[in-house]
Amino acid sequence: MREVEYNTVVETVARLCKEANYFLGEDVYEALKKGLEKEESPVGKDILNQLLKNADIAKQEEIPICQDTGFAVVFLEHGMDVRVKGDINQAITEGVAKGYTEGYLRKSILSDPIKGKNTNDNTPPIIYTRLVPGDKIKITVAPKGGGSENMSAVKMMTPADGIEGVKKFVVDTVVQASSNPCPPIVVGVGIGGNFEYVAFLAKKALLRNIGERNPDPFYADVERELLEKINNTGVGPMGLGGRITCLDVFIEVFPRHIASFPVAVNINCHAARHKSAVI
Amino acid sequence: MSQPIRLNTPLTDEDVLKLKIGDSVLITGKIYTARDAAHKRLFELAEKGEPLPLDLKGQIIYYAGPAPAKPGYVIGPAGPTTSGRCDPYTPKLLEIGLKGMIGKGVRSRTVKEAMQKYKAVYFAATGGAAALIAKNIKAVKVVAYEDLGAEAIRELEVVDFPVIVANDAYGGDLYEEGIKKYRKD
Repeated sequence: MREVEYNTVVETVARLCKEANYFLGEDVYEALKKGLEKEESPVGKDILNQLLKNADIAKQEEIPICQDTGFAVVFLEHGMDVRVKGDINQAITEGVAKGYTEGYLRKSILSDPIKGKNTNDNTPPIIYTRLVPGDKIKITVAPKGGGSENMSAVKMMTPADGIEGVKKFVVDTVVQASSNPCPPIVVGVGIGGNFEYVAFLAKKALLRNIGERNPDPFYADVERELLEKINNTGVGPMGLGGRITCLDVFIEVFPRHIASFPVAVNINCHAARHKSAVI
Repeated sequence: MSQPIRLNTPLTDEDVLKLKIGDSVLITGKIYTARDAAHKRLFELAEKGEPLPLDLKGQIIYYAGPAPAKPGYVIGPAGPTTSGRCDPYTPKLLEIGLKGMIGKGVRSRTVKEAMQKYKAVYFAATGGAAALIAKNIKAVKVVAYEDLGAEAIRELEVVDFPVIVANDAYGGDLYEEGIKKYRKD
C-alpha cells in the first residue's frame, strides 16, 4: 500500500483552489475568441472583449477571474492501493481554507443555511469520492459561483418525454436563466440515474473541456444540436442580446429505473473553473 | 458602439432622463456596494422611517461583494452580482432617493415601474469581468455593516467605470429588446 503525506493533500488542494480561480482554462479562452468572430451584437462583442481582457489581467496578476470564487467542489478519484496518512477529508478541508485565505479568494460559505454566519475560510468543501484501481489519487477542484448555480434545475420527467423533452427542458432552463448566470455559459446535462445522482452527473459534465464530445455519437449529436438551439435563443453575452449565449453543452448519462426519467441542468458561467492534480 | 456618455455622481433627474437603453456610460465619483444582506437591513430601516447609515439621495448602488484585496491593491476583483435578488427591497430605496443601480441580470416588473415613477436608471456591468472592473476603482472604504464581510456597504471611488444602460426611466428594457433582436426561430 502506497502512502501519501497528509500535507501533500493540503498543499495540492490549496494550490488547485488558487490556480482554478486565477487561470481561465485555455479551452474557454479560445472559445471566447472564436465566439468574438461569430458575435453580431456590438454590445455582445464589447462584453466578450472585456472577458478576454479580464482573463489576461487575472492570469498576469494572479488575482481571481471573478469575485465570486465559489463553493469549492472537490472530485476525488482515489486509488485502492494508496492511503493518506490521516483523514483525507480533513486534509482537503484544510487545503481549501489555506488556498482561499492565502490566495485572497472570497469567502462565501455560511455555516448554516438559515442561522449561519460566514465560516471565514470558505469551508467546508463538497467532496465526491470514487474508489478506482491503482495507487494514485486524482484531485479535481471545481469552484462554482452562486449566480450560475442558482439558475440550475432538476426535473423528474416521465419516460414518454424522451430526448425531445430533455432538449426542451434544457433550452427552457437557459432562457429562463437569461442574464443571471453571466452568459456565455457552459451547460452540464445529466440524464438518468435517480433524483440525487442526476444532479451529480450534470455537475460532473462541467469538468469536460470545451469541444470535448460525449463518446456516444448519439449524445455527441444532441450536444451539438443543443448548443445551436441555445445560441439561437438570442440571449447573448450577459443576456443583452446576441449570438453567443453558450460555449458548449456536455451530456452525461446513466441507466435509469423503468418508471423514472430524471434530467438535470447545471449551468456554469464563462469562468468554467476546474483544475486537477494527481498525487 | 456610439461614444460613451460620461456621468458624475451623485446623479440628478436630468442625468437620468438623458439615458436610453443600450447607451454606454462611464461613471466617475462615489458609488456604494450593497447586496442581499445589506439591502435587507437598509430596507427595514427605511420601512420604519429611521435614518440610514448613508444618504442614498442621488446615489448609485453597485450590487457587488468584492474578493479580498491582495497586498498593494485597493480592492480585490469586484464584478456585479445578480441584481434580481435585491428586487424586493429596491422600490423602497428608489422612493427615498436612490437614482441608479449597477448589477447584472433582469429586474422585476415592480422595480421597472418604480424606476419610471421615481426617475431612476439600471446599469449592467459585465459579470465575471471582476479583475478588469477593479482597475476602475481607485479607493475603497467600508461605510456600514462591517460585520457582513464581503457584503458590507463600501464606498468606492470610481473613474470611468464602464456600464451599459439596461433599463431606463422610460420603461425601456435592453434584456427584452436585445434578445428579441437576435432570436432565431
